[in-house]
Amino acid sequence: MRFPGLGSGRGGERGGYDGSSFSELLQLDHPHLAFDLGRYGNLERLNVPHGTTVLAFKYADGVIVAGDRLATEGMRVASRDVEKVYATDDHSMIAIAGAAGPAIEMARIMRIELEHYEKIEGQALELDGKANKLSQMIRANLPAAMQGLVVVPLFAGFDLRRKQGRMWKFDVTGGRYEEAEFEATGSGGLYARESLKKSHHARASKREALEMAVQALTDAADEDRGTGGIDTVRGIFPTVIYCSEPGIEQTPATEIREVYEFILARRANERAGVTS
Amino acid sequence: MSLPFYVSPEQVMQDKAEFARKGIGRGKSSITVEYDGGIVLMAENASSLSKIGEIYDRIAFAGVGKFMEFDQLRKIGVRYADMKGYQYSRDDVRARALANAYSQAIGDVFTRELKPLEVEVIVAEVGDPGLADHEQCEIYRIQYDGSISDHRGFCVIGGSEEELRSQLSSGYRPDLPLGEVLRLGHRVLGRAVEGKTAVASENLEVCVLENARIGRKFRRLDTDELRQHLSG
Repeated sequence: MRFPGLGSGRGGERGGYDGSSFSELLQLDHPHLAFDLGRYGNLERLNVPHGTTVLAFKYADGVIVAGDRLATEGMRVASRDVEKVYATDDHSMIAIAGAAGPAIEMARIMRIELEHYEKIEGQALELDGKANKLSQMIRANLPAAMQGLVVVPLFAGFDLRRKQGRMWKFDVTGGRYEEAEFEATGSGGLYARESLKKSHHARASKREALEMAVQALTDAADEDRGTGGIDTVRGIFPTVIYCSEPGIEQTPATEIREVYEFILARRANERAGVTS
Repeated sequence: MSLPFYVSPEQVMQDKAEFARKGIGRGKSSITVEYDGGIVLMAENASSLSKIGEIYDRIAFAGVGKFMEFDQLRKIGVRYADMKGYQYSRDDVRARALANAYSQAIGDVFTRELKPLEVEVIVAEVGDPGLADHEQCEIYRIQYDGSISDHRGFCVIGGSEEELRSQLSSGYRPDLPLGEVLRLGHRVLGRAVEGKTAVASENLEVCVLENARIGRKFRRLDTDELRQHLSG
């Protein structure tokens, strides 16, 4: 049974898609709306905005995900305040790097996907199930990735069954790798990882975790021209989202500013101490 | 080959309607009532299969009759809403359009198919004071033949609908607090069962569309919370 006037005719006499997945519904019943950039030939020379540095790591209560706000088009700034970290439901989030258009679209579909499944089935997916679904969506994007629009997100959340924060990184083929401590990706990912390697410890409090995140993003922005630093003049701060057992919690800009100023002051003091 | 008997269209429609009404009348009722913070949906339901479900941010669904049939309707409603929200924006998903689509689909089955759907459904949407032209709650009822009606304040479907409606209308006032509406609903649903004065609270399925919530307004009340409200 389906509503008349809704959707393409592909379902036709057979009836429409009858499963619990929104992305499959989109592909099977509404292919004209589906997210398939692979059919447009080589897109490598297309100058589209790219997102840069995102990171995720575990702290005492769960997992934290953060990202800078810059999007670049080649050597130019495309946007200074793009969002790259999204809550996908109450206990999971996605951080995107790579071609911003398809990546943001993927984050959006992922969010609808989780809600759709929950409503149809009357029960939310397990965190493993969510990560697996995302990996299938990345694999479906492979044709577009082969033509230059690579999307490689980080996925993290709180596993309510195991009572712990968990996170995954992905490759373009949909390969899914769970990380035990921390991970960063995007153009400044390497530098953020180097920074986290020295500062990260899994028992960190919320405040310590925020410090590590801001420090890692500042270090990445220091080395990588594609990563946006903190802009106190324009009031542009990174997105930082905590996820623990009670759910998702976004860090207010005032708190990030305070931590950033604290880090700068500490660095200035250290320098003064060394030289004097 | 024998010639089929002629049956007048009036007769066919009457038979179908009677068949559907009988099927629905055998089942339990479901009520939908506005309160000061949104909309309550209640159904007598001893099983773990839900009769009430979430459709979208501000929209809920309730069905009575044949479970298989109204659950299928619920699912196509969710698909419709998510698809529309994806294609346009979340604010563009509205109860009236969904209720119309239900009316079309159910009416279509009633005229074309041999067996009509033995269901009645409610589509309820909680109002949003911050959204122009959309401050009021909306409650739509769609019957087995696709006929659609909108209701202010409350609506009853299924079972002994008329009796329940008169009881509910005598107890209902606009802007009651949640606890009072739940107690009223409990009393009304309880009288529907012959010989019994009340339904045990664990046999009630209760969901609310709470205006105060951010994002998705739909919430299912568990037995403990319901019991607190009923005793309070």
